[in-house]
Amino acid sequence: MLEPENSFVTPKPADKSKIWKIWKVAIILGVVTAAEFYVALQFPESWKEFKLLLFIGMTFIKAGYIVGEFMHLAHEKKTLMWTILIPTVFVIWLLGAMVIQADAIYQAIYS
Amino acid sequence: MSDSITLKSNNKNLWGGGVEPFKASYGKLMMWFFLISDAFTFSAFLIAYGVIRLKHPAYEGTLSDFTFSQSYWPVPEKVFEAFPFFHGVELPLVFVGLMTFILILSSVTMVLAVEAGHRMDRKGVEKWMLWTIVGGFTFLGCQAWEWSHFIHGTDLGSRLLDGSIIYGANLQINQYGPPDFAAFFFFITGFHGFHVFSGVALNFLIFYQTTVGIYEKRGHYEMVEKVGLYWHFVDLVWVFVFTFFYLI
Repeated sequence: MLEPENSFVTPKPADKSKIWKIWKVAIILGVVTAAEFYVALQFPESWKEFKLLLFIGMTFIKAGYIVGEFMHLAHEKKTLMWTILIPTVFVIWLLGAMVIQADAIYQAIYS
Repeated sequence: MSDSITLKSNNKNLWGGGVEPFKASYGKLMMWFFLISDAFTFSAFLIAYGVIRLKHPAYEGTLSDFTFSQSYWPVPEKVFEAFPFFHGVELPLVFVGLMTFILILSSVTMVLAVEAGHRMDRKGVEKWMLWTIVGGFTFLGCQAWEWSHFIHGTDLGSRLLDGSIIYGANLQINQYGPPDFAAFFFFITGFHGFHVFSGVALNFLIFYQTTVGIYEKRGHYEMVEKVGLYWHFVDLVWVFVFTFFYLI
């Protein structure tokens, strides 16, 4: 059977404000990444803990925009959103447990 | 008669079947659940990196005096400072930053492809999927260059305690610091790179199926959304790898 070369489906016109919203999120992601660079290379070396805090904060801002807007999770049903987000608390638990463990290993070797 | 009564009472039950309680299709939910499990895998990798890093002594001196040594963990911005065609110029993290921008941009073009799919705009989906594939390939090319540079090492290499000089890194030796550092570099960026590669393959499949009109016949472009979820996740993982491997 021959397929028709041109489709008979006429696309709906693009909503300009929707497209602009996508690019706005893109600009935010770009600006935050640029800010991370600035902090990494321009802030004094002695501000170690402060820089760490800034990096983690900015990472979660970026993660929020990617998951919420690009992956559309912020606009899904709230039950679905929490089904996806709540299990990640296990990661926080693992992080805490392993940081304590790592410190214990360090103490055992070097002091 | 009794059948119709049973049907009516079932319809009121949100979890009784026949309705979508999450207002999302089966395929989309399965993609989300897969992504959670994948997120756990990457979290485990990054946390393991943290444990091994904290197990080693940190570099205490100033950045300008930094030299590669086996006895402390290296400062990432001193390791990743090369850029193609700028041999010998110190450009800390610039190349990784470029890779980050490329991946974010290809995520944006993916959202635009999904948006075009919602409007049944076949030409739009084709255009934006193609840009997404180009972005994915560019990222993979950058990563290949970075790996190659990391494996071959710097001009001066690094002197060991017994006086011998080693260049570059593999799973046994590492001129930049403790061998564990190179091992984690290969495993974390490698596992992520493999995800990017799979993503490019899936994106190409979607692009192909769009061009031959499969989704148009089906009446919706939901496959673009499902693969889009995976592609954004790859970008999301890179955001975390960028912070916890390269910046800190």
